[in-house]
Amino acid sequence: MAAGAASGGSATTDTYAEAKTWLLMPAWVTIGIFVLAPVLMMLVYSFLTKEFRGGVIWEFSLSAYDQFFFDRGLFGDDPPKIEWTYIAIFWRSIWQAGAATLLSLVIGFPTAYFIATQPEKTRAMWVFLITIPYWVNLLIRTVSMKFLLRDQGPLNDFLLSIGIIDSPLHIVNTNFAVQLGLFYSYLPFMVLPIYAAVERYNFSLSEAAADLYATKWVTLRRILLPAVKPGVIAGCILVFVPSMGSFLAPDLLGGAKNFMIGSLIEEQFKGNAGNWPFGAAASMILLTMVLIILMIFARQQAKAEKGAS
Amino acid sequence: MSKGKYDIKSFPGFRAITLLCLFILYAPLLVVTVYSFNDSQSLTVWEGLSWRWYADVFTGPESGKFKEAARNSFVIAIVAATTATIIATLAATAMVRGGKFKLRSISFGLISLPLMVPEIVTAVAVLIFFNSIGFERGLMTILISHIAFCIPFAYLPISARMQGIEDTYEQAAMDLYATKRQAFTKILLPLMMPGIISGFLLAFIVSLDDFIITNFVKGAGVETLPTAIFGSVKQGLKPNIMAISTMLLSVSVVMVTISYFVSKSDNTK
Repeated sequence: MAAGAASGGSATTDTYAEAKTWLLMPAWVTIGIFVLAPVLMMLVYSFLTKEFRGGVIWEFSLSAYDQFFFDRGLFGDDPPKIEWTYIAIFWRSIWQAGAATLLSLVIGFPTAYFIATQPEKTRAMWVFLITIPYWVNLLIRTVSMKFLLRDQGPLNDFLLSIGIIDSPLHIVNTNFAVQLGLFYSYLPFMVLPIYAAVERYNFSLSEAAADLYATKWVTLRRILLPAVKPGVIAGCILVFVPSMGSFLAPDLLGGAKNFMIGSLIEEQFKGNAGNWPFGAAASMILLTMVLIILMIFARQQAKAEKGAS
Repeated sequence: MSKGKYDIKSFPGFRAITLLCLFILYAPLLVVTVYSFNDSQSLTVWEGLSWRWYADVFTGPESGKFKEAARNSFVIAIVAATTATIIATLAATAMVRGGKFKLRSISFGLISLPLMVPEIVTAVAVLIFFNSIGFERGLMTILISHIAFCIPFAYLPISARMQGIEDTYEQAAMDLYATKRQAFTKILLPLMMPGIISGFLLAFIVSLDDFIITNFVKGAGVETLPTAIFGSVKQGLKPNIMAISTMLLSVSVVMVTISYFVSKSDNTK
């Protein structure tokens, strides 16, 4: 998203201006029909009535959203109470994604900073090293993580053999395993925007601060950090947003107790037991949350740019 | 620039954290690669090097399933990446060489839409869409959805490359009576090749690796490599999965490396 905004910049020439409609048509049609229209269709489905063998009956109903937020008892005629089950799942997803984001920031910021201050020749290589794992299949990365962290896995073997622990650590099927998995999935998204921001930073500002007897850490906190803040925020969003809706890490590393939104949604469309309108409604709620975060972010970036110019 | 203690740029521990970061990123992959060569039924005990799990992938009891899944995966990835790259190249030409126009920012929003919508939401939406128009789920539904969400991945490197190419070459060609079509195919496209190749490779990997959307739209009995692997993993980790994973991760690493070096090579100079 951050990278996308950059290439949304101004056009270079108008050589092919009169052909632009035809050139853009395939992209409009493909994404319009197979991404945009489906999202709108999903919105419609979230207001339909559930059919018992999966699918929907074309009859307007608010019951999907009602089921999400309210508990009306077994027969649906009790006075509505707030239903905490699904809100708790969303809350857990936000919490887990937040923890993963924080973890990525703590490791990612020093990494990005270190890479950006390397000699120009070696920077590209460092960035390349950081991005390679991202292109490896997410499923394989998550499975690898599970393999490594298992009770009888290589990590525990190693820790046992050097005598740090006496019995294997139970990491898999905990919240922490999910956070670790999410961190592992999206870490490059944290490093890259921060790297870009630090690389653009003018270090003579830090030198000026140092000349005025500011210590290194004060300079980092008071001078550099405010300057690279947009990059930090971009990194946090790029990790937080996909973490929140992720499916593989909670499913493979978290087990049944650590259910997140992704699993809740997936369950609604599996086999005959699902509830399509409810799944559509949960997806809509997730999408709305993500779009709100992105909009706040876009407005802040616009403000920051205005302030800079 | 001053070095050592007085170097205001360097902070103690940042190098160590960077190395830790690389270690965390690579350790799981290396461990799986190493264990895929383990000559043992069990995942825990190391019994020496062997190719037996690789042989098992190709000739073992599950080999039929994996071969079919691999064929589906590669056919879909090649067709989806090719189609997405063509669409993205045309779109980038309009966006970068089309002057200023009203629908420009909307077009950009539409092209990057698949990057903004969470993948699981796209998966649900596409499933609902195919279901509501009565399109039977199978290879075709996987292919169509892959083409759509691969477009932005192909578009970004292609448009970045095109922004870096001045239009003087095309102008010169047209001054010498080349038509616009000739300027495009004979001048711009060859100059664009590194961007197009890296766009294609990224789209290819994204399609090859996709699990969530594929899992939703694949329909019963149709598998790609990721969905087949997921199905196996759900029944417990097995050594042959380590072997398949290692092969698949090698494909990704090779492709990204090619993409990196191709996009670095600059033929405009």
